[in-house]
Amino acid sequence: MKLRVLIRLKPGILDVQGAAVQRALAGLGFADLRDLRVGKLIEIDVDAATPGAARQRVDEMCRKLLANTILEDYTIEAIEAERLAPR
Amino acid sequence: MRFGVVVFPGTWSDCDFHYVISEVIRQPVKYVWHRDRNLADLDCVVLPGGFSYGDYLRAGAVAGKSPVVEALREFVANGGYVLGSCNGFQILCEAGLLPGVLMRNECLQYRCQSTNLLVENVETPFTRGLRAGQVLTMPISHGEGKYYADAPTLAALKARQGIVFRYATVEGQVVKAANPNGSVENIAGVVNETGAVLGLMPHPERAAETAMGGTDGLLLFQSLLGTLVEDGTFLKR
Repeated sequence: MKLRVLIRLKPGILDVQGAAVQRALAGLGFADLRDLRVGKLIEIDVDAATPGAARQRVDEMCRKLLANTILEDYTIEAIEAERLAPR
Repeated sequence: MRFGVVVFPGTWSDCDFHYVISEVIRQPVKYVWHRDRNLADLDCVVLPGGFSYGDYLRAGAVAGKSPVVEALREFVANGGYVLGSCNGFQILCEAGLLPGVLMRNECLQYRCQSTNLLVENVETPFTRGLRAGQVLTMPISHGEGKYYADAPTLAALKARQGIVFRYATVEGQVVKAANPNGSVENIAGVVNETGAVLGLMPHPERAAETAMGGTDGLLLFQSLLGTLVEDGTFLKR
């Protein structure tokens, strides 16, 4: 079962990486850019009987290692059906 | 006093610590591989600086879950001391052995420079030989050393005198200009509730001989040796 984890810095935490990327884009002429924050995307394939069990397992992975909840929020979503279909 | 210097893939200050412990303070020391869980023959475990596991995911995140770091909980519960410098501090925070977290420097630059540290707590095993208000000079060398903790954590840390070092001017003024990385309230080093676990971004091992430009880092080692004489660890061996 494939799931996608999105990890973002919590609102209010200064994202210096995002600020640098934003400045670079502004320098390239993207004057309309209002805000930009950089996060992480992790795709996970987990052996589980049900989607709920898979999600629970990945949630455990996030709490134990993938995210630092002092700084980061995370969301878990299922990867779309077409990517799950056999080739 | 028996020291163990932990080596992860990507650690770089292990040899410096080993050298200072064996050649400068002349104590028994050995390297401890990151998969090792047996720390029973040690009094103090050092987590040195570097880029453990390439700093993948977050600085110190993977190392923070390694067998040797998992074993530190029991080691500390049994009276052991832990000193984490630079990446070692990041690892201790990621492992939850110290509060807070280290983030990318606010200036976005890797900072390799000398810093002045105001000593705030002299009641720890690592700082008992120092005077409150004393200013130490030690180098930093990091890209992710901005200490952050949320407001309740910070309040609890202050209430229990957990802040040991703050970046300051040479006169001991804690001001923004003396803060190399944007750490909240200029925090450079903290201890756990018992005082047995110290984490700091500066490198005491790189300030331990006059030939290296200063010996203020040595004061932490000497304080710890004094602690062990007093608490009887030396007599038990």
